[in-house]
Amino acid sequence: MLANLINGISLGSVYAIIALGYTMVYGIAKMLNFAHGDVIMVGGYVAFCSISYLGWPPILAVLASVVVCTILGIVIEGLAYKPLRNATSLAVLITAIGVSYFLQNAALLIWTSNTKVFPNVFANLPAIQLGGTQIAPVTVITVLANIVIMIALTLFTSRTKMGKAMRAVSEDKGAATLMGINVNRTISMTFAIGSGLAAIAGVLLCSAYPTLMPTTGAMPGIKAFTAAVFGGIGSIPGAMLGGVLLGVIEIFGKAYVSTQLSDAIVFAVLIIVLLVKPTGLLGHKIREKV
Amino acid sequence: MKKKLVTLVLAATMGVGLMAGCTDATADVPATTGTSDGSEGTADAGTTDAGSTDAGTTDAGSTDAGAEEQPSTGGKLTGTLNLGMIGPLTGGAAIYGNAVKNGEQIAVDEINAISSDFQIAYNPQDDEHDAEKSVNAYNNLKDWNVQVIAGTVTTTPCVAVSAEANADGVFMLTPSASSPDVVNGKDNMFQVCFTDPNQGLASAQYIVDNSMATKVAIIYNNSDAYSTGIYQTFNSKAGELGLEVVSTTTFTDDTANDFSVQLGEAQSAGADLIFLPIYYQPASLILQQANNMGYTPKFFGVDGMDGILTMEGFDTTLAEGVILLTPFSADATDDLTKNFVSKYNSNYGETPNQFAADGYDCPYAIYRALEYYADKNGDLDVTGKGADEICKILISVFTDPNFSYDGVTGSDMVWTKNGEVNKAPKAVVIKDGVYVGL
Amino acid sequence: MELFKKIKKHTKISFLNYGIVIAFYFIIQVVAMSGHLTNSLKGQLIPIVSYVIMALALNLVVGISGELSLGHAGFMSVGAFSGVVVSMSLADSIPGTGLRLLCAILVGALLAGIAGVIIGIPVLRLNGDYLAIVTLAFGEIIKNVLNCLYVGVDGAGIHMSFKDTASLNLAADGKILINGPMGATGVTKLSTFMAGTILLIVVLVIIQNLVNSRTGLAIMAIRDNRIAAEASGVPVTKHKLIAFVTSAAIAGAAGALYALNYSTIAPKKFDFNTSILVLVFVVLGGIGNMTGSIIAAALLTILPELLRKFADYRMLIYAIVLIIVMIATNNEKVRAFVNGIKKKSKKEGAKDE
Repeated sequence: MLANLINGISLGSVYAIIALGYTMVYGIAKMLNFAHGDVIMVGGYVAFCSISYLGWPPILAVLASVVVCTILGIVIEGLAYKPLRNATSLAVLITAIGVSYFLQNAALLIWTSNTKVFPNVFANLPAIQLGGTQIAPVTVITVLANIVIMIALTLFTSRTKMGKAMRAVSEDKGAATLMGINVNRTISMTFAIGSGLAAIAGVLLCSAYPTLMPTTGAMPGIKAFTAAVFGGIGSIPGAMLGGVLLGVIEIFGKAYVSTQLSDAIVFAVLIIVLLVKPTGLLGHKIREKV
Repeated sequence: MKKKLVTLVLAATMGVGLMAGCTDATADVPATTGTSDGSEGTADAGTTDAGSTDAGTTDAGSTDAGAEEQPSTGGKLTGTLNLGMIGPLTGGAAIYGNAVKNGEQIAVDEINAISSDFQIAYNPQDDEHDAEKSVNAYNNLKDWNVQVIAGTVTTTPCVAVSAEANADGVFMLTPSASSPDVVNGKDNMFQVCFTDPNQGLASAQYIVDNSMATKVAIIYNNSDAYSTGIYQTFNSKAGELGLEVVSTTTFTDDTANDFSVQLGEAQSAGADLIFLPIYYQPASLILQQANNMGYTPKFFGVDGMDGILTMEGFDTTLAEGVILLTPFSADATDDLTKNFVSKYNSNYGETPNQFAADGYDCPYAIYRALEYYADKNGDLDVTGKGADEICKILISVFTDPNFSYDGVTGSDMVWTKNGEVNKAPKAVVIKDGVYVGL
Repeated sequence: MELFKKIKKHTKISFLNYGIVIAFYFIIQVVAMSGHLTNSLKGQLIPIVSYVIMALALNLVVGISGELSLGHAGFMSVGAFSGVVVSMSLADSIPGTGLRLLCAILVGALLAGIAGVIIGIPVLRLNGDYLAIVTLAFGEIIKNVLNCLYVGVDGAGIHMSFKDTASLNLAADGKILINGPMGATGVTKLSTFMAGTILLIVVLVIIQNLVNSRTGLAIMAIRDNRIAAEASGVPVTKHKLIAFVTSAAIAGAAGALYALNYSTIAPKKFDFNTSILVLVFVVLGGIGNMTGSIIAAALLTILPELLRKFADYRMLIYAIVLIIVMIATNNEKVRAFVNGIKKKSKKEGAKDE
C-alpha cells in the first residue's frame, strides 16, 4: 500500500511537471499546445547530448536544455502560432499538431530512431528509506522541482508586472491591449516560459524513465494534458494536484484492479470526476455571459 | 464492455454459421516447431561463408524424404531484380524498420558488387507501422513494377500486405513479422524469423529442461501482437510442463514507463524467474527498476530482447545474467557475422540488432534461391519478368527440401511448405556485457 | 422571396456536394477504364471514402453542433470490429458479398450509434475543452478494452474473454474472430469503391437533410447561443444528442467500410492520432463546411503518398505543408484574395445569364 502510494507519487510527479507547462500556456494563450510533449523530447535529447557527447556536468546540461527549448519555443510561437493570433482556437490546435509532427520527424532525422539511454544524473544521491520502501532520488528531486516551480509560477503571475500582464491577457485580450499591454510579447513570453519548463520536465522524465526516442514525449504529453484538465486547466496548483492524482490512480488501478485495463481505469476516473465537477478539481467556474 | 456484449449478441442472433474459408485459427500451432531445446550453443555458423550454397548437405526439417536432388545445369542468373521493402521508417516503430532497411541495404550492395550480370534495384517504402499505409506502400511498389518484396517488418501491416500480395502473386519474405497469421494460408509468404508460438514453446521447454525456476512470473505488452502471441503459447506450454506461473501482469505501449506494480507483484508472489516476451526498450526499464527495488530474479527474454546491450548509454551491468533466445549475436566470431557487423558499424555507426540481421539475410536468401533455380533449370534472366513468374520460381525453391540458406541469423535454414523457417533458436546468457552461448 | 433564396442556396450546396462525389466516382472509372489508374491511387480509394465519411461525421459534431470531439476514432473502431464480426459470422448464411457488406455496415452503424448514446449522455453535460478531454478519454477506453478483447466462435456459439485466447475454451473446431491486440485477421475483403460511394452519398443525404431541417436549425441555434436557444424553448440536450449520435453512427459505418477493405484490423489503428487526423480534415476543410471536409479529407489522405519520392523527409514535409496551409487559410490577405476571385467569378456568371 505504502509502496504503491510512493510509486504513484513518483509517476504522478513526472506527469505533474509536464502538466505545469501545459496549464501555463493554456491559461494565458488559451490554446492546447499539443507540441508541448515534443518540446519535452527535444529537451531530453539536448541534455543527453550535452552529457554523453560533450561531457558536460548535469547542471550545465539542464541549463543548455532550458536555453535551447526556450529559444525553440519562441521560434515556434513566432513562426507557427503568431500568424494565427486572430484565428479560431481549433486552427491553432491543428497547427500545434503540425508542429508536433514536425518536431518528431526532425528528431528522427537528427538523432535517428535508435533508442538512447539517458544517463543517470542523480547517481551520487542516496535513496531514501521509508517504511521498508525505497524512494529514488529522482522522485525526491521531481517532487521538489514541482513545488518550487509551482510556487515560483504562482508568485510570478501574481507579483511581477509581466505576470500580471499575462493574467490580464488571459482575462481579456482586448481590454489588456487598451491598458497598454503588448499582447503579442506577453504571449511569446508565455511560450518561452512554458518551453523552458518543458526542458526541465524533459530531463526529469528521462531521468525517471531513461529511454529516449523521437516519440518519447507524445504519450506523457497526452497524459499530462489529461492531468491538467483533471486538476482544472489553467490552474497552476491544479496541474500539480491533477498530475500526482493521475499517477496514483494509474498505479492503484494496476495494483488492485487489473494491469490490462489500467488505461481504461485512469480515464474512467477522469470522466467521473469531470461529471461531478465539470471544470476539474481546482478549476474556476466559468461564468456564462448572457 | 456493454457495447461489445451487444455486438456479440446481435451478431449471434443474426444467424451464426460455422466459419469457413475466412481465417485460420490463430492459436493453431504449426506442425513443425523446430528444435525446442535451444541448447545447441551459439555461433555455430563458424566457417560458413556468404558465397556457398551447399544445397546438397542439408536435410534438417525436410519433410519430403523422397525428394531427389536435380543435377546442376550450370545455368547463370542475370538481369536486374526489382526488390521492394516495406516497414516503419517513421513513427514509434521506426527503429525496427530502419534497422531492417540498413541491413537489407548492406546485403543489396554486397550482392550488386559480386557481379554486374545480376543486380538488385532496391526500393524501401515507409508504412508508419500501420496496415493502411503499408498497403499504400505496397501499391506504390507495384507501380514501380516490384518483383519481390523483402518485408514487411511488423506483424499487423504484414498480414494486410501479404493478403494483397497473395492475390497478386508477389513473393514476400519477411525479415521479422513473426505471427503465424502472416504466413497462414498464403503460399507466397515466407519468414526469416521464428514464429511467435515457436518462441513461446521453446522458452518454456528450455526453462523446464534446465530446471531454471520453479515459480515464474510473466510481464508482457498486451497492446502488442508479438508479445501477446508469445505469452499465449508460453503460458499453455508452461501449464503442460508443470511450470508454475505465479504472476501474469501486462503493460501497454501507453503505460510502458512504470513497472513498479508488475515487479512488486512478481516479487510478492515469490517468482524466481521473470519471463519477458517483449522488446528491449521496456525490458531495459524493467531491469533498471528491478535493480532499484533490490529484486534480483532471473530474467528470461526472447529475440525482441536482442539490442539491449547496444542501446546507446545503457548500463550493461543491469543486464548481467539475463538469458535470451535469439537467432543472432553481434559478438559471434564467424566471418559472416564479423563482416556484417563491421560493415554496419562503418556505414551507420551502430551495432546491428536482430532486426538488422534478419534484414541482411532477406536479400541474400532471395538471391541464393534464384541462383539455385538457375543452377538447376538453366539460365534465368530476371529483367522484366512478371512478379507472378518470379513468385512461382521462388516458391518452388523455398519449398524445395534440398534448398537451404546460411545467414547471420542461422545456418542451414530451410522453409516449410507453410512458409515458416526452420532454424534452431540459440540460448545465450549475458555475461560482462556480451552474449555467451549456453 | 427571401426564404426562397435561402433554400435555394442550401440546395445548391447540397447538390454541389453530390456532384463532387459522383464526378469523382466517374472520373476514377474513366481513368481506370483507360488504364491510367495507378495501383497506388486505386488502393487508396476506399480509405479516402472512409475518411471523407469520417470527416463529414465529425464535422456534424464540431461544425454544426459546435462541440470538440477528440475520440471519434473510438466510434470508428466500434463500427469496424462489429462489422468484421458480423461479416465473419455471416460468411456461410449470406454468401452474397454486397448483402453481407450492407449487414456489416448497418450493424456497425447501429452499435456505434448505441455507443454514441452511452457516451453522449454524460459527455454533453460538459462544455468546451472538458468535453473534448472526456471524448478523448472514451476513445482511449474503447481502444484499451478492445486490446483485451478476445472473441471466438464454435459450434456452441460465440465466446468472449478479457484475458487470453486460452480462456475462451473453444471447441476443437472453434475459430478466433478477435484476438486481442492482433485484432481480427483473415477478414474477407468486401468493400468496393462503388459501395463506398453509395454509402458516402447516403451519408451526405442524411447529414444535409438533418442540417437543413428544423432540428438542424435548432442544433445550430444552440451552437451559436445556447442560452438564447434554451430561452426560446429548444431542448438543448436532446438536440445535441441527436447530432452526436448521428455522427457516431456514421463514424461506425465508415469504420465497417474501412475495416472490410483490409484482411486484418487491429485496435491500435483507432487511437488518438486517428481522431486527430480526422479533426485535421475538418478544420482544414473549414469548420461546418461539408464541401471543404470532402475535399480536405481526400487531398490530405493522398498527400503523404504523393510525398513518397522525398523518402526520409516525407513526413517532415507533410508537417510543414500542414502548418503552412493552416497559416495561409487563416491569413486575411489570402482570404480576401480568395473571396475576390469568388466574387469575380460570380459576377461573370451573372453576366452570362
